[in-house]
Order: sequence, then structure tokens, then C-alpha cells
Amino acid sequence: MSDKQPGPPSEMEQLKENSDYLRGSLEESFREPLTASIPEGDAKILKFHGSYMQDDRDLRLERKQQKLEPAYQFMTRVRAPGGVATPEQWLVMDDIANKYGNGTLKLTTRQAFQTHGVLKWHMKSQIQEINEVLMDTLAACGDVNRNVMAGANPYQSKVHREVYEWSKELSDYLSPRTNAYHELWLDEEKIVDTRTEEEIEPMYGKWYLPRKFKIGIAVPPSNDVDVYSQDLGFIAVVENDELQGFNVAVGGGMGMTHGNTDTYPQLARVIGFCKPEEIVDVAEKIITIQRDYGNRSDRKNARFKYTIDKRGLPWVEEELEKRLGYGLDKERDYHFDHNGDRYGWTEGDGEWHFTLFVQNGRIKDEENYPLMTGLREIARVHEGEFRLSPNQNLVIARVQAEKKEEIEALIQQYGLTDGKSHSALRRNSMACVAMPTCGLAMAESERYLPTLVDKLEDILDEAGLREEEIVIRMSGCPNGCSRPALAEIGFIGKAPGKYNMYLGGGFTGNRLNRLYKESIGEEEILETLRPLFFQYAKDREEGEHFGDFLIRSGHVKAVESGLDFHSEVNL
Amino acid sequence: MDDRQGGNAVQLEVMNSPFDEKQARLLNELLASMTETQKIWLSGYLASSPVLSTKAPEGETKEREETETKKRTITILYGSHTGNCEELAEQLSQTLKNRDFQVTVSSMDDFKTKNLKKTEDLLVLTSTHGDGDPPDNAMTFYEFLFSKRAPQLDGVRYSVLALGDSSYEFYCQTGKDIDLRLEELGAERIHDRVDCDLDFEEPADLWKEGVLKKLDEQSASSSDRKEQVTPDTAAGPVYSKANPFRAEILENINLNGRGSNKETRHIELDLEGSGLDYEPGDSLGILPENEASLTDELIEEMGWDKEMSVTITRDGEIRSLREALLSVYETTVLTKPLLEKVSDLTDNEELKALVADQEAVKSYIYGRDLLDVARDFGPWDVSAESFLQILRKLPARLYSIASSSAANPDEVHLTIGALRYEANGRSRNGVCSVQCAERAEPGSSLPVFVQKNRNFRLPEHGSSNVIMIGAGTGVAPYRAFLEEREEREDEGENWLFFGEQYFVTDFLYQTEWQRWKKDGLLSRMDVAFSRDTDKKVYVQDRLWEQREEVFRWLEEGAYLYVCGDESRMAKDVEQTLQAIVETVGNVSTEEATDYIKGLRTQKRYQRDVY
Ligand code: SRM
Ligand SMILES: Cc1cc2nc3c(=O)[nH]c(=O)nc-3n(C[C@H](O)[C@H](O)[C@H](O)COP(=O)(O)OP(=O)(O)OC[C@H]3O[C@@H](n4cnc5c(N)ncnc54)[C@H](O)[C@@H]3O)c2cc1C
Ligand SMILES: Cc1cc2nc3c(=O)[nH]c(=O)nc-3n(C[C@H](O)[C@H](O)[C@H](O)COP(=O)(O)O)c2cc1C
Ligand code: SF4
Repeated sequence: MSDKQPGPPSEMEQLKENSDYLRGSLEESFREPLTASIPEGDAKILKFHGSYMQDDRDLRLERKQQKLEPAYQFMTRVRAPGGVATPEQWLVMDDIANKYGNGTLKLTTRQAFQTHGVLKWHMKSQIQEINEVLMDTLAACGDVNRNVMAGANPYQSKVHREVYEWSKELSDYLSPRTNAYHELWLDEEKIVDTRTEEEIEPMYGKWYLPRKFKIGIAVPPSNDVDVYSQDLGFIAVVENDELQGFNVAVGGGMGMTHGNTDTYPQLARVIGFCKPEEIVDVAEKIITIQRDYGNRSDRKNARFKYTIDKRGLPWVEEELEKRLGYGLDKERDYHFDHNGDRYGWTEGDGEWHFTLFVQNGRIKDEENYPLMTGLREIARVHEGEFRLSPNQNLVIARVQAEKKEEIEALIQQYGLTDGKSHSALRRNSMACVAMPTCGLAMAESERYLPTLVDKLEDILDEAGLREEEIVIRMSGCPNGCSRPALAEIGFIGKAPGKYNMYLGGGFTGNRLNRLYKESIGEEEILETLRPLFFQYAKDREEGEHFGDFLIRSGHVKAVESGLDFHSEVNL
Repeated sequence: MDDRQGGNAVQLEVMNSPFDEKQARLLNELLASMTETQKIWLSGYLASSPVLSTKAPEGETKEREETETKKRTITILYGSHTGNCEELAEQLSQTLKNRDFQVTVSSMDDFKTKNLKKTEDLLVLTSTHGDGDPPDNAMTFYEFLFSKRAPQLDGVRYSVLALGDSSYEFYCQTGKDIDLRLEELGAERIHDRVDCDLDFEEPADLWKEGVLKKLDEQSASSSDRKEQVTPDTAAGPVYSKANPFRAEILENINLNGRGSNKETRHIELDLEGSGLDYEPGDSLGILPENEASLTDELIEEMGWDKEMSVTITRDGEIRSLREALLSVYETTVLTKPLLEKVSDLTDNEELKALVADQEAVKSYIYGRDLLDVARDFGPWDVSAESFLQILRKLPARLYSIASSSAANPDEVHLTIGALRYEANGRSRNGVCSVQCAERAEPGSSLPVFVQKNRNFRLPEHGSSNVIMIGAGTGVAPYRAFLEEREEREDEGENWLFFGEQYFVTDFLYQTEWQRWKKDGLLSRMDVAFSRDTDKKVYVQDRLWEQREEVFRWLEEGAYLYVCGDESRMAKDVEQTLQAIVETVGNVSTEEATDYIKGLRTQKRYQRDVY
């Protein structure tokens, strides 16, 4: 691959190569009793197993003074292709979170579960218990294909089912094949692996991918998966309730680095259409392109979006056709009208689904909101499934008509909310985890956005916009885990209490926003948005969304491509 | 000794002192006018001031030449864990030497038992530890004394001084045992045993007086002529238990992370200018203060006036009642003798009935204090003075020093576990530990003194390996050990066993051990966190897991140290040790016991337990 590489391989490439297919020295490191941490190298390999070493950042200084090491702990990410989990699986996650974790569950922006605060000594039991209910954490993180997203879309159950099956198929096919995971966590016999590299990791090889790789399948009219943010996005094409196939979009991503204009969020672009049964083949070949051409010397420039932008779309199409042995069909028509969730009860094909509003995806019991307990009780009687939505919400799905009353009763009993009592802004809000667990956070996010929204709601009430759907997202750093670059109002942490504010994103997740103000605090955020809200209330056209309005009214210049995300900043 | 210095025992004259008349008169006046503490301070001051230390010896040797020494030799044996008896023994021997007696002094275990029957005058000073057990450095002697091998001791004259704590069930047990046993073996008691409670200074002094008199009677010429001003607290530091140094608190932090059941304070004190020095293994004494609220409530219950002034020493020092109860007298510990004395001060039938019933008393005093007594058996019509008469002095608390002075010049560090518990419907606080936790801001100061502990010392050779076992605050001295060995660049290996409740919150000094492990100073470290696992694991379990290695280390001459909780750890560790020697060494129980005894006499098994 070297001829395609701009420079020498990064450390991480060495680490992967020497890790003996993701084993590293994890076994010893997890046995070391004097520290709850593991060495940096192992921590990097551990990501491939679905877990991150973290420490409670709230306690760092305090513990240092107390002559204690940082409060090391592990975050574990559990893959749920298409965000689907059975009630049994839910109960196990709930149990683990309370037994080993910090008593909360995080429903992620990629429809996975996360536990936080698990101690080194409990990792093995945790992972075993997860695997016992046929979920796993393998490749939930690391330089591999991540949890495959699929629309949680409760409307067309039949199509959803099919799309979900495809997401699972992709997920399984694209998983690493190494035995390391099973040996380390599931006590499987260590067999001296006589297989050749091709046999051990047929697709990935011993260097795996240059960087993480993300796939999501959207089912129009909902773009809840933010298909344009994916390295590889599929857009289901449905004609009279039959799944025809998928439009294929490539090269999206959110991550960037403050002050480094070679890094930028980018939208995936549609390059054609494939039949359902071709989806796995197409995904595999695209991934191998990234495997062979992705930048392995600079991780900040290694995502598929950069690989493509460096060589242009035609090159990808050509390369893909070469590898497939056939070309993609012409892109089919499709239409998105939102990327947020639709709450409350809906019926589809004789089954009922309840979409629950979960603030920032955090499942926990609060004094006057026993969400975790309520869901546990529901899981005990629920016979359908749960769906984690790409917006960090939860769908209690596939409730049979005769069960509906029972579930509804529990929803009432625990006061679980469909968000209708909240402003439409809050219903369309998302925040990444950030403090105190995220090691990369520069500012608060999950713990702060709700209070900021409180204050914005006051202004919206004044302006009469309480029921106006506006997508607002916050991330604690430019990695953009809540996909803030696609929000109508986006915040990206710069420093404690300071955020870059981006405006003008598209309501359906179809347009990036643009930097509007840099490193501002709460007061300035409110001062800046107030007049814009009032103008919007006054001057908007019929059905015009806030992001579009800001562009039409000239407050923000539209971002056409990630490549000009940093240009002509409105300041 | 104090009052002898005080001149009310002996008047200094030209004849019995090196002074001329004027000096003698001035000294007599001065001494008479001095309080106890002033005298002790002065004696310490003179003893340690260079002027004296260079001159005095000449004086002494001169006198030595003059007097032909006495025939009978006096053997002083002590059993001491925290140094009290050892100190008293040293002072006694000093006094006797000053009076030209032939004296040998040593701990019981350093004494060759085969010489026992050869002894003439035998003076035993011993404390009691554990639950009525002898102090470590008296154990082997004690066992010998009670074994069949113990010789007949006809012709041996002896007397015993017993130190103890009347709040323990087996009060001064070891002293009592030895006293009776010596009699059994035919020795002649020349002075009755004296049992001393925690405030032992005065009774110990009376015993010494008595013994001296007896010895003098039997001895030929009166020795008074040779009486010296040279204080018995010779060469002690200026600051002492009786005259503590007020050390400023430099740092006071909680070592336990959030959510812990424990609160362990790491306290750094400034010793600059105190002249106090210490070695790893020594303890620091703190003179604590009772809680103000408790004290005020007590005064109120008893209907006293807290401002009234009361005398707190035999020679009339004055304090306000409140101050006295805050910093002079013990009000938080009940003892049987105390209850008896209290009941003599009232005609409350209930109390009298209680006192009459052994068992009832035992269960009553557990987890109760004077305030409870005041409330349970009122109304009261007792004067504060007469009540104070029956109270014990507030005893100093000892803390294993957690620092090496080589690594921290002019500083001393402590590791103090705050003791809080609920008993009889009231939440109660350990006097000293909670004072240190709640009423010891950096900038304020604490009255402290150094308590030498020769029974807990690093090996003399830097090349020796050590195994250190400690739970909770028991690791304190090991921090001092490692700091010291790091400074000295000892090449001996160090192996630490540490136990507490939870890894995350209770790993005391975690980052320091980690550093030492990384630097290689700490060769091995095994930890046991009892509450992290379903099945509780303790240090002794880790010790057992490592039995092969542990035994190998011992065989290769390693020193083994145990520090921390007596009842809940030290005992189990010793059993485990026994088991290890038995199984790995593959020997009989008796042989294993001897093996451990052997370690003890070679000073390769040392304990600092409390
Ligand atoms: C949990 C989650 C946010 C949430 O609130 O839901 C999350 C949390 C973290 N992300 Fe993310 N990311 C999450 C979705 C995303 C998304 C959104 C998406 O994928 O749709 C993005 C933007 C899309 C993209 O990848 O471009 C995203 C872009 C990143 C990046 C930047 C990648 C880049 O290309 O620059 C990092 C940092 C990195 O990879 O170096 C990152 C790294 C992290 C880490 C693991 C921080 C770290 O590397 O130490 C965060 C753990 C925080 C914690 O304490 O849990 N996360 N992360 C989401 C889990 C998704 C999942 O289940 O797999
Ligand atoms: C040589 C030596 C070294 C020591 N080193 C250290 C050290 O390094 N660190 C350290 O923290 N301590 C150490 N100690 C112990 C220390 O000296 C004190 O005993 C301890 O701090 C308690 O003192 P206190 O004044 O706080 O409690 P006190 O007021 O003395 O109260 C202690 C008494 O309270 C009673 N009590 C305790 N718990 C209960 C209960 N649950 N119910 C009813 N009654 C109860 C018991 O009678 C106990 O004796 C050492 C002791 C010795 C002898
Ligand atoms: C852990 C421990 C246990 C003790 N057990 C007893 C006991 O059982 N009976 C007793 O009379 N005194 C007991 N004491 C009190 C000591 O005998 C007393 O403090 C004595 O002054 C110590 O003298 P030393 O420094 O010479 O050892 C105990 C003291 C400690 C620290
Ligand atoms: S966006 Fe940054 S702060 Fe937020 S979770 Fe992702 S990495 Fe952490």
C-alpha cells in the first residue's frame, strides 16, 4: 500500500501490526492489581474490543491531591445493528449498568448502548454477560466498520424489518474475524492460529482500516440516521411498500480539529443505486478501497471523506466498478423531510410503536423521573422489541394491539414522556457525552445543553415559536459526536463554558452549517439568538425552517461542500 | 522523681551537692517555687544543653572513683511496646548508677534466661498489651518464666512495676502474672507491685521511691551523700511528653476518595526548631483536646460553673474548669474503677446497683462516656474539685510516623484514621483522631512529642530484605521505611502487603507506592481489598497465596514487619505465618512456633500493633 501513502505509517499502524490481531498485552494488563488503568498501547487496542479507558474528570484534581490515581474506569459500547434490542437484552444492559457501571445507560447517536464507569476488574464479567444475550462489543470502536445504523422508523414496519435485516447482515459480514476477542473475554481455548493472514482477517488484514468506518441506512422520508454524515450511506428506495434497493452515498463525516482547516465535516454524496442483494458486496468493496488508499500516516486525515476529496468522486466510482466487476445503476429519486424523531404512539401494519423522548440518550432514574425503572418494568412485560433511535431516543416497538393498554399503563405510571410537553426545540436536541467521562471533551455538553435549552425556550415562548421544530445539537469538542455540523443551530466546545456557534444547517440533515460566532459563553449565545428568533417568527415563509430562513435572509452564507466549511466565516 | 528534684524530698546542701552555699540556697528557693512541668522542662534543658553534657560526665566519674561500689548487682528488666516502661527503666538505672549501684538494664527478651537464677536484685517494669498479653519484647521471657524450665529463685529479691490501662479487662495483667510467678519460684518481694493506669508518672514515681528506700536500707553506707541534681530524664530532648512541642500543621488532607466509608488524614507537621528527631518506626505522641460541645454538656449536666478555677497538679497549677475538662482530664472513656469512685460520690441507688454487678458494668462502659453517666445517674450534688480528683489525665495518643526525616527534614508525617461510631443512641467521635480530622486546620498547631520505638526498626544492614504487612493506617511506618531506604539507597529488597476496603477509594498513598514500584525500590506489592469481591480477601490471604515466596524470603534472612490493628489483623497474620512455616517449611507445629520465636529474638519479626 506504501505507494499510495503520503508518509511513513503512524504509530497506530505499528501498534496494530504488533498486536497479534488485537491481542496486545491486554491479558496481563487486565490482571495488574496496583492500578485500575491499562497502558496506553493496550488502551488503543482495547477500542477494537469495544471499550475505552477513561477517568472521571470531575475528580482528577481532587484525587491527585489525595495521592490517589485518577478514577480510571471503562466505557463499553455494545453494538445493536439498526438499534434493535430484545426486552431480554434490555434487561441485561440495565442490570450491567447498575451492577458494574455508574447506574446509567447511554443510548448513543449511532443506536448503540454504552455503559460508563465500569472497573477493570469487572470488564470480563460484563462482556460475558453481554455476549450471553447475543450482543457484542467487538468492533463497536476501533479502525473497523462500526455499528451499522438503520432508520428506527416506526411507520413502515415491513420495510423496516427488511432494512434491519440488511443492517445486521452488513454488520456481521464486516466484523473482524480474529479470535482475540473470544480468547480474552469469553475464555475460549487459545488455539495456535495456523491460519494465514488472508484466513484470519480476509478483508481487514493485520493493519485493519486506516480509521473508523461508518455505515448507515436511511428510509425516506426520515433521514434520522443522517445518511450524509456516514462514510457510506444507503438510502432505501421504496415503491408501493416494496424495497427496491438503495442509493449509495459516500464520503460523509463530521469530525474536524479546531484550527486545522485540512480537517472539516463533509456530506456524503450519492454515486448511484444498488439492488438489495448487492448491498454487502458494495459495502465490502468500498471498504477495501478505503483500506488500500486511506491515509495511514496522518490519522487526522485518514477518514474516507479525505480519501475521496483528494481524488474526486469519479475515481471512486471507477475503482468501485473495478472491484465489483459491475457498475452501480443510476441514482433513484428519494425525498427526506426531517432527520428528527416523531414521538408518541404510531401504528404500522397492525403493530403499535411508542417513541419515547430520552434527553440526550441518558437512561437513569432521577428524583421525579424514574426513567430507568420504568423501562425496566416495561421490558419485563414487553413482547416486541426496543429500537434505539439515531437521535438518542427510544422506540418501544412492535407492541401487539392487545398489549398496548398494559404498556400505556406503565408509561403513565412512570410518567414517561413522548416529549410533547417539551418545546419542539428540545425534542430536536442532541448532545454528546462530553464531561465527565469523555477524555477529549473541551466543554460540557450532555450536562449543559438541557439548561441552555431551558433558557432558549423562554425566548421561543416570547417569540411564539414553542412548537416550531428547530434542530439544535451540541458537542463538547470538534469531533462532532452529536453531528452538530448538520444542525440548524450547532455548538462545538472550545473551552469550559465557551462554544463555537454554527448556524444554517438543513432541517433534513442535507446541508452543513457555518461558523457564526467563535468561543462565546451563554450570555452571548442568548443575545445572539434572540433577535434571530424574533425575525424568524416575523419574516419566515410558510413552512420555512430556521436554517433555511437564516440563509434566505442573508444572515448565513450556505455551505455547499465541506471543502468551504472554513471559508467566508460569518464573523 | 519529680518531687525529689523539687527539693521537698531532699534539701540541697554543700555536703550533698557540688554547689556552694549561695548556689544551694538559690537552687532550693528556685526549685521549691517551680511547678512540675517547669522542673521537668528544666531538667530536660540542663540534660541536653552542651554545657552540662560535657561537664557532667567528669563529675560523675570523679564520684565513681571515690565510692567503692556495692556488692549486690541490680538487674532491671522491662517489657515495653510503646516505650513507657523502657523509658522508666532507663531512668531508674540512671538513678541507681548515680547512687553507685551495679546495674544492668535490658528488655526481658534481650536477657539471657540462663542468668536468671544468678540475679540478686531483680526489678521488673512491664506493660500489658493485646488483650492482657505481654508486650512483644517480653514474650519469650514470659513463656520461659511460666515454663517448667524456669529455675527456683530463692535468694533473689524483686519488685514489679506494672503499666496498663484500666479500661481494659485484663488490667496490668502481665505485671500481675510476673509478680505472682516470681514469688512462686521462691523469690522475695522487697516492695509491693504497683499497678499504673495510663497516667502512670506519679504512681511509678512512688514505686521507685519505695524500691530505692528498700535497697538503701539493705545497702551499707547511706547513699544520700552522693545524691545528684543530675536529672533522671538525662539526655532526653528538651521537648517531651510532659513538655510537648507545639508543631504547626503544614498539610492535612483526606486520603480516602469520595464515597469511602473511611476518612484517613495525612497530616504533615513542622518540627523546625523543636530539636525533636525520630527514626522510621518511632511514633509521634499527640496530646489531644476533648470536644467542646461534649465538655460543655457535661458541665451543664453536673450543674457546675465552667469558669470556676480548679487546681490540676499536685503542686497547684490553676485552670478554669472548662479548660481542665477540655485538655487535662479524660471524659470519654469509662472504666470500672472510675464508676466505683463515681458511685462513692453519690447516693444514687441505680449506680450503686450497677457497680455491684461485674457483667453489668462491663456492658455499660462499652460505648459510653462520662456524659452518659451524668445523664443516667443524676441529679448530682458533687463539687467539681472532688470529681476531678477521680478522673484520669487525658492520655496522649500515639501515631506511627509515616515519614523519614532524612527525606523530609524538619517535618513529620502521620496517617490518622478518623474514628466515628454510633453507640447507645449517640454518634461518637474518637477524641484525637477526630480532632485531627475536624479541628486541625493547616496553620494551627498540635502539642506533640516523639515516642521512640526500638522494637520497630529497619534492619541495620541496607542489604537485608524486608517484608512489610499492614492494613489501613498500618501502612504508615512503611512509607517512612521506604522513604528512608530510598534516601540511604539501600539495596535490600522491599515487599509490601497492604489491605483496605475498596481499591478505588481506600488505596492509601496509592500513587507513591506506584512510583516506588516503578522505580524498583518496591520489589513487590500485594494488595487485598476486602469489599471489592464477593468473597472477602485480607492481607493474610494474600500472604498465604504467596507462601512459597514468603518462606523463601524468610529463609534467606528477610525481616518481617506487621503494623496495624491488633485484634482484627495482627493475630490472623501471625496464624498464617505459623501455617506457612508449618506447610512450606514442612515442620511440626512446635517447630514452627520456635521458628517464629527465633525470628522474634533475632529481631526479624517486629510488630507495631494497636
Ligand atoms: C457515545 C457517542 C456520542 C453520543 O453521545 O452518543 C460518542 C462518543 C465518543 N466518541 Fe464519537 N461518539 C458517538 C458518535 C460519533 C459520531 C456520530 C455518528 O457516527 O453518527 C461522530 C461523527 C461522525 C464521524 O465519525 O465523523 C463521532 C466522531 C468522533 C470522533 C472524530 C472522528 C473523526 O473523523 O475525526 C472521535 C475521535 C476520534 O475518533 O479520534 C470520537 C470519539 C469518541 C469518544 C470515544 C472519545 C474518545 O475517543 O476517547 C467518545 C466517548 C465519550 C463517552 O464518554 O462516552 N467520535 N462520534 C456516539 C457513539 C456512537 C456509537 O454508538 O458508535
Ligand atoms: C504504637 C501505636 C501506634 C499507632 N499508630 C496509629 C496510626 O498510625 N494511625 C492511627 O490512626 N492510629 C494509630 N494508633 C491508634 C491511635 O493511637 C488512637 O488509639 C486512635 O487514633 C484512636 O484515638 P482517638 O482519641 O481518636 O479515639 P478515643 O477517643 O481514644 O476512642 C477510642 C476508643 O473508642 C472505643 N470505641 C471504638 N470503636 C467503638 C465502637 N464501635 N463502639 C464502642 N466503642 C468504640 C474503644 O474503647 C476505643 O478504645 C496507634 C496506637 C499505638 C499504640
Ligand atoms: C494495643 C494495646 C493494647 C493494650 N492492652 C492492654 C491490656 O489488655 N491491659 C492493660 O492493662 N493495658 C493495655 N494497654 C495499655 C498499655 O499497657 C499502656 O499504654 C502502657 O502505658 C504501655 O506501656 P509501654 O509503652 O511500656 O508498652 C494496651 C495498649 C495498647 C496500645
Ligand atoms: S464530541 Fe468530543 S466531547 Fe463529545 S463525546 Fe465526542 S469526543 Fe467527546
